[in-house]
Amino acid sequence: MSQQPAKFFGIHAQPRGGWKWLLAVIPFLLVLIIYSVASDLRHRDNPHDKLLPTFTQMADAVKRMAFTEDRRSGHYLMVQDTLSSLQRLLTGVFLAALVGLLLGLNMGLFPGVDALLRSFITFISMIPPLAILPIIFISFGVDETAKIMLIFLGIFPIITRDIYLAVQQLPKEQITKALTLGASQLALAYRIILPQILPRLIDTLRLALGAAWLFLIAAEAISSTDGLGYRIFLVRRYLAMDVILPYVLWITLLGFTMDWGLRMLLRWRFKWYLESNK
Amino acid sequence: MSDTSMTMQQRSTILHLEDVYKRYGELLILDDIDLSVKEGELCTLVGPSGSGKSTLLRLILGQEQPSAGELTIAGKVAGTPDTRRGIVFQRYSLFPHLTVLQNVALGRNLQTGFLERRRRRKEFDEEAMHYLQRVRLGQHADKYPHELSGGMRQRVAIAQSLLTKPPILLMDEPFGALDPETREEMQIFLLELWDEHRMTIFFVTHDLEEALFVGTRILVLSQYYTDGRGELPNGERGARIVADYHLPQMASSTEIKHNPEFVQLLEHIRQEGFNPNYLQHARAFNLKHPDSFQTLSEVEHYTATSVTTSS
Repeated sequence: MSQQPAKFFGIHAQPRGGWKWLLAVIPFLLVLIIYSVASDLRHRDNPHDKLLPTFTQMADAVKRMAFTEDRRSGHYLMVQDTLSSLQRLLTGVFLAALVGLLLGLNMGLFPGVDALLRSFITFISMIPPLAILPIIFISFGVDETAKIMLIFLGIFPIITRDIYLAVQQLPKEQITKALTLGASQLALAYRIILPQILPRLIDTLRLALGAAWLFLIAAEAISSTDGLGYRIFLVRRYLAMDVILPYVLWITLLGFTMDWGLRMLLRWRFKWYLESNK
Repeated sequence: MSDTSMTMQQRSTILHLEDVYKRYGELLILDDIDLSVKEGELCTLVGPSGSGKSTLLRLILGQEQPSAGELTIAGKVAGTPDTRRGIVFQRYSLFPHLTVLQNVALGRNLQTGFLERRRRRKEFDEEAMHYLQRVRLGQHADKYPHELSGGMRQRVAIAQSLLTKPPILLMDEPFGALDPETREEMQIFLLELWDEHRMTIFFVTHDLEEALFVGTRILVLSQYYTDGRGELPNGERGARIVADYHLPQMASSTEIKHNPEFVQLLEHIRQEGFNPNYLQHARAFNLKHPDSFQTLSEVEHYTATSVTTSS
């Protein structure tokens, strides 16, 4: 009789089907249970407890923030916050991706550009972006530009360096091959190398998105009139955990969706990349 | 014999190397290489490991430049990689982000401007398809390289290189990563293709049997020899072409590999080029091919015995 593989323990375990799904859900369930027990205990002690709001309180807050017009501005606050934040985030990330891609590509391929920029980019990437936040606000004002700049400055060096490494890792044979097929140096860069590292850019973006959110929230916390980060730091003054927690969950969900979207894009457009690198 | 050598002489020289040296720091890899290859030759290059076969190929390819000497392709300095030479590597010859058909058509597309490229797209695709069918891979046109077997990939790479009709096709251990059976199939396939097109090929391999089977001319590159410079410190004497034969063509089947003459020549070359203890003097190299030539300096010409090193 053949031995059944273990379901959970050991390196030979093969979690499958519903069991695999259940395993993934367990940690989430645990956190939920612990939270609701803790919240319940505190509310028994003090019905006005603000620190661990009940799920009903949070649902009420969401209803108030997202589905009711704000009396003062006439906006749906959570919707407005989300749109503003996403606009800043996506603009910053898009610019960083574009600049990082072009810089990394040209540095990786052309030794002259490499010699010119490598030390500089490495230097820039070591500057903690939050440390120069005051400089950014002073030089770019307190408008959208400063927030976008913070995101841009925060992530473009990482993207540049990762694309640079990706280009350098391409087999040298490919470059020679393209040249023998008649590629000009520009064609080599933008018609041979660029399409090959686009999927790597997507992978890099997936990693950089976390950092981008960090810089966005930081910028909004310090100077803004709307945005998800702004709201969290505003209601913090009233200890409004019933608003903060759903906002955090919402941000997490947005980040997760973006990551999922990028992963789907890879699977849809760059199947060769996923399969060749197995 | 004289008949074939006559026709050889009338063909133009595609590849010419004279007094070519390649040095990495202290280490001399290639030592005074003299070589001339004429149009239509299927020239194979073998040698023991460490003899600098790949280095020589990279020089011809233009990936690296010689430390000294003259290297011309079709009469012009070799310089950096360009369309004067095609290349099939052991791996990485295909672009992973392009389909098989796009890979083959790439040369045409890269050599035409944007508008013309759009206009003639269909024509390019048809031409690429024609080449693909010739390497018997027509039905795989829409696949990506990672979906093909090793042998198929190399066939696509050959089609890709042939389509732009380079004056010389360089092949760097093209079948080295294939299993023995596929390897033999590919050898026969290459011979058929060569028979049809008579393109000039420079084929590097570490497999002596393959070199003898495939080539119309075999060059043996080896560091195991001696010359008038006598005993030299390790690394001071680089590899040279120690043997150069015209090979009777064409074998259409692998039967010839068991032919006594074939085996005898193989054993002879193995002794000449691959045996570290068998040191021929540079004057005595077996350079029998009609295109072969050798430039020896006066000191190299000496018989070694009287020369000793100071160390």
